[in-house]
Amino acid sequence: MIRYALIAVALSFLVFFLILPLVTVFSQALSKGLRAYLVVFADSDTISAIRLTLITVAVAVPLNTLFGIIAAWAIAKFEFRGKMVLITLIDLPFSVSPVISGLVFILIFGSQGLLGPWLSAHHLKIVYAVPGIALVTTFVTLPFVARELIPLMQEQGTEEEEAALVLGATGLQTFFRVTLPNIKWGLLYGVILCNARAMGEFGAVSVVSGHIRGLTNTVPLHVEILYNEYNFVGAFAVASLLAFLALVTLALKSVVEWKSERSGRRMTGVREEATDGH
Amino acid sequence: MSRIKKNSVIPGFGLTMGLAMTYLCLLVLIPLSFLFVKTATLGWREIGQIISSPRVIASLRLTFLTSLIAAAINAIFGLLVAWVLVRYEVFGKRFIDALVDLPFALPTAVAGISLTAIYSKNGWMGSLLEPLGIKVAFTPLGITVALTFIGLPFVVRTVQPVLQDLAAEVEEASACLGATRWQTFWKVVFPCLQPAVLTGFTLAFARALGEYGSVVFISGNMPMRTEIAPLLIIAKLEQFDFAGAATLAAMMLVASFVLLLLINIIQWKTAQRFSEQ
Repeated sequence: MIRYALIAVALSFLVFFLILPLVTVFSQALSKGLRAYLVVFADSDTISAIRLTLITVAVAVPLNTLFGIIAAWAIAKFEFRGKMVLITLIDLPFSVSPVISGLVFILIFGSQGLLGPWLSAHHLKIVYAVPGIALVTTFVTLPFVARELIPLMQEQGTEEEEAALVLGATGLQTFFRVTLPNIKWGLLYGVILCNARAMGEFGAVSVVSGHIRGLTNTVPLHVEILYNEYNFVGAFAVASLLAFLALVTLALKSVVEWKSERSGRRMTGVREEATDGH
Repeated sequence: MSRIKKNSVIPGFGLTMGLAMTYLCLLVLIPLSFLFVKTATLGWREIGQIISSPRVIASLRLTFLTSLIAAAINAIFGLLVAWVLVRYEVFGKRFIDALVDLPFALPTAVAGISLTAIYSKNGWMGSLLEPLGIKVAFTPLGITVALTFIGLPFVVRTVQPVLQDLAAEVEEASACLGATRWQTFWKVVFPCLQPAVLTGFTLAFARALGEYGSVVFISGNMPMRTEIAPLLIIAKLEQFDFAGAATLAAMMLVASFVLLLLINIIQWKTAQRFSEQ
């Protein structure tokens, strides 16, 4: 009896807080029919918002992926003092409010900021322009890949890399042939999460964007503009695109989790066999 | 270099460490420390004046109160959801489990407009609650709903692995010794889960303090009444009150550092307790 009561309460909580908002996005988007829905995506402002979001993702995700791999290599493969401090520092952007992340870059690159006079003297624009949007998105999504790879690589240790090096492989060969195959699922997982956040970031981007239609509007900002103009079908239509991408992210994430669980089990299986042989 | 690092045959420490530190300093450490430099250019008196203005106090009170309530709701229901997902066979469990992460994957602006549509006067929930005299959208209650949404996965995800590792024998032993189910849960299971619940609660609380996107639509943004601290920072920025915005931001940042420290202490204490056992 208690079991069914608990299940019922837990499921209704999830229905109210997860399913209902999700269903609302799609039902509101389609409330005026499919035609009204599709018209939104033919709008040039929507198209330029999508383009800007893609540019932002193309800057933030590769940079943070590279950083994640490099930082995880330094942290997981070597012993040094202050390691915990470094890990905490990498996690820092997660505990900073998106609004504050945006504000920080305004204080530096804004017209009254630290580098403001120099930038305007050289006719360079960072905040209220595309570079600022890419910059804050990179800041906000910095930890995603690193925090997936660090514990994974720490757990895997250095034995396999040492073996490869002793057998005459160069550092890069060791990385590409030994380390990378071992971390590929964790890496993919981190990239998926990083990408999702980069596409959807709102608060930080909103602060530095300046909200210029067709120029500095990302997809989430475009949702806000349409909503504030009482174009609800438009706002929810664009939102439904983001919601769809969120669902794709969750599906991919589940697949990767399942795959890495399987390869993890296979790995420990191999290790156990190896130790049994001794 | 060799003094801080133990010798190793693996190459690339200097290179990777150097690159990682440079990137981290340029993108995170220098910009964030500049926030404190900016605040420090003000005198103590000015900082005191900014912090003690009624609008700032009202927004801080609202932010902390709604975040606390939302985190508490998530602690209770998150524990329940984790329990149901680990202990019971529910139809579509994999699907539900994946869906719990929706608030992490769904852009906050999308969550914001969706929740507003649900709880406004003509929405699915709003039209049911309004005749009862309960207003959700554009009130602190609406802010709490949005903060509950964005903090939902934290407690579930911290409790789930601990619950999975909890040996069934302990509960069986407790039941054999004559404990009721409630006693077994409260005296045997819950103490093991408590650090995880606390960590999840703190994470959800910290996330809620800084949340902007989902709240800005449902809150109505009335100064003194439904204006959260991150929104007030933006309001100050739009009035070119950079020092005021920086001061408030520095305060919020210190609050989240304290919470981060708290999480680390909880985890450290837990690790210590388990190693003693």
